[in-house]
Amino acid sequence: MPIHDQSYRHYPGTREAQGRAWLIIASAGIRSMIGKRKFLALLLLAWLPFLIEAIRFYFAANFPQVSMLAATRETYREFFDYQAAFVFFITIWAGAGLIANDKRANALQIYLSKPLTRTEYIAGKLSVLVVFLLLVTWVPAMLLLLLHMLFQGNFDFIRANLLLFPAITLFSFLYVLLASFTMLALSSLSNSSRYVAILYAGIIFFTDSVYSVLYAVTGNSSFSWISLGGNLRQVGNIIFRMKPLYPDTPWQVSLLMVVAMIAVSTFILERRVRGVEVVS
Amino acid sequence: MTDTASTGPVVDLKGVTVVYGKTPALVDVTAAFPRGAVGLLGPNGAGKSTLLKALLAFIVPTEGTMRVLDLNVTGSALDIRRRIGYLPETDAHIPGMNAVSFVAYCGQLAGLPAADAMQRAHEVLYYVGLGEARYRNVETYSTGMKQRIKLAQALVHDPDLLFLDEPTNGMDPKGRDEMLELIHDLAHGKGVNLILSSHLLPDVEFTCDHVVVLDKGRVVAQGTIDALKGPRGRVFEMRIKGDREAFTHVLQAAGLDCHATEEDVMRVFLPDGSGPQALFALAAREHVQVRHLRPSVPTLEDVFARAVGEQ
Repeated sequence: MPIHDQSYRHYPGTREAQGRAWLIIASAGIRSMIGKRKFLALLLLAWLPFLIEAIRFYFAANFPQVSMLAATRETYREFFDYQAAFVFFITIWAGAGLIANDKRANALQIYLSKPLTRTEYIAGKLSVLVVFLLLVTWVPAMLLLLLHMLFQGNFDFIRANLLLFPAITLFSFLYVLLASFTMLALSSLSNSSRYVAILYAGIIFFTDSVYSVLYAVTGNSSFSWISLGGNLRQVGNIIFRMKPLYPDTPWQVSLLMVVAMIAVSTFILERRVRGVEVVS
Repeated sequence: MTDTASTGPVVDLKGVTVVYGKTPALVDVTAAFPRGAVGLLGPNGAGKSTLLKALLAFIVPTEGTMRVLDLNVTGSALDIRRRIGYLPETDAHIPGMNAVSFVAYCGQLAGLPAADAMQRAHEVLYYVGLGEARYRNVETYSTGMKQRIKLAQALVHDPDLLFLDEPTNGMDPKGRDEMLELIHDLAHGKGVNLILSSHLLPDVEFTCDHVVVLDKGRVVAQGTIDALKGPRGRVFEMRIKGDREAFTHVLQAAGLDCHATEEDVMRVFLPDGSGPQALFALAAREHVQVRHLRPSVPTLEDVFARAVGEQ
């Protein structure tokens, strides 16, 4: 007589409510990335600019000899430029394989045969990238603001620059959503994460290069809307109430290009994330 | 979670048509899949996988209605997926996970709480014979092991209905027998309804009581296997010396169902009222020697050959 019955048993327990699948997908994706030591090292390295700025704020607040190092509104805008390289590498590392690896392993059939919608699947995958990117943009920027306040010992700077809270949040989310949607859409186009990474890098550098050439030829910045990074930088300056980076391109056009990129990515995801791929 | 209240068919299709571009994959399919184990039989390209994918709402039919567990597929796809398990035909897994993590993850996606999903994952992996290998990465598994783990992820949330698409694909004979034993146990020992899609007649004959036969996107036969095999005449195994192909044509021209098997044996269906004398007469007329003739038992292969031939 067996000590323990290892045959199939019916499940007598309860089921969770529908609509939580995106959270399960996101948690699994985040756990999977955190388990990679090199990726963790990259995340830690991405906090180096924060550390440098924090030390700078400390000295500026406590040593009048170096008060010229004090932070301004522009400092917070520039912080995002320092983080750009880390955002680029984290997007590629965490994002290139998000859907591509699932397509290679035919996992979409498994996912979509469970009680979850395509929207939940996409939201779960998107959340993986969004979490890591916010961790190196919004979180350190807000912490810097907090530290600035703490080191100064008063609210003077905050009162004079109240817009920094919404500006940091708005720009972070715009930046993160643009990078995440673009990368996720590219990931859905291929079975190879390597190819997706090259494609993403290619789009970033190619659009920047095309703009640079046109700027060199024409002498004005009216073609800055071609550059993906340029549009983001232009919008960032406007959000932080700074002078436009490309005076010949209206900021509305740059914002439109950012929104259009997100919309196109959403469209691609809607078309590509399916349980069945029909080859005509 | 076993639905014992309802006695109606688990799947009910009415006039279902699926078109890929201009190519019809399913044409006016009307069929009722009763409770228990039902085989979905047909040659490659008959539309079996398309039918399963339409039931999962991966594909939207151009015409017709589909009901699964008394729920309309069009409006209740998510509710249906909570209660069904799907074993896909192609190799499929979540990359980067070991077996127990993969199956537990699938359990969670199907609605089980995390702790229950992990416990069920262990139980189900032992049941399918992967208990000792459950901490290995799925990508290192052999073909047979991958088939078992696909079954495990389909079972982890205790579905009311299983869709098994070619479950013995790529398995060695021993693995295939074990898989068929599992499927037989699920259907007849554990009360799990299942639809087994296969082109392998012995698999369907061993595990299923009912069968729906598809050919070129149409239903060509459906019913219990016993009824379909039932007496419509008599079956004879015949071996001749002579041109077998030519003699097969002669028999078919005489209105007799006939098909060749893998060995040099022909299976001939004689309708009620005629006997083996008709075969000897035809052989004599064609100057063919009958080397072997004996009555046989109808098999599912006969059912399939007749159904496809009639179509």
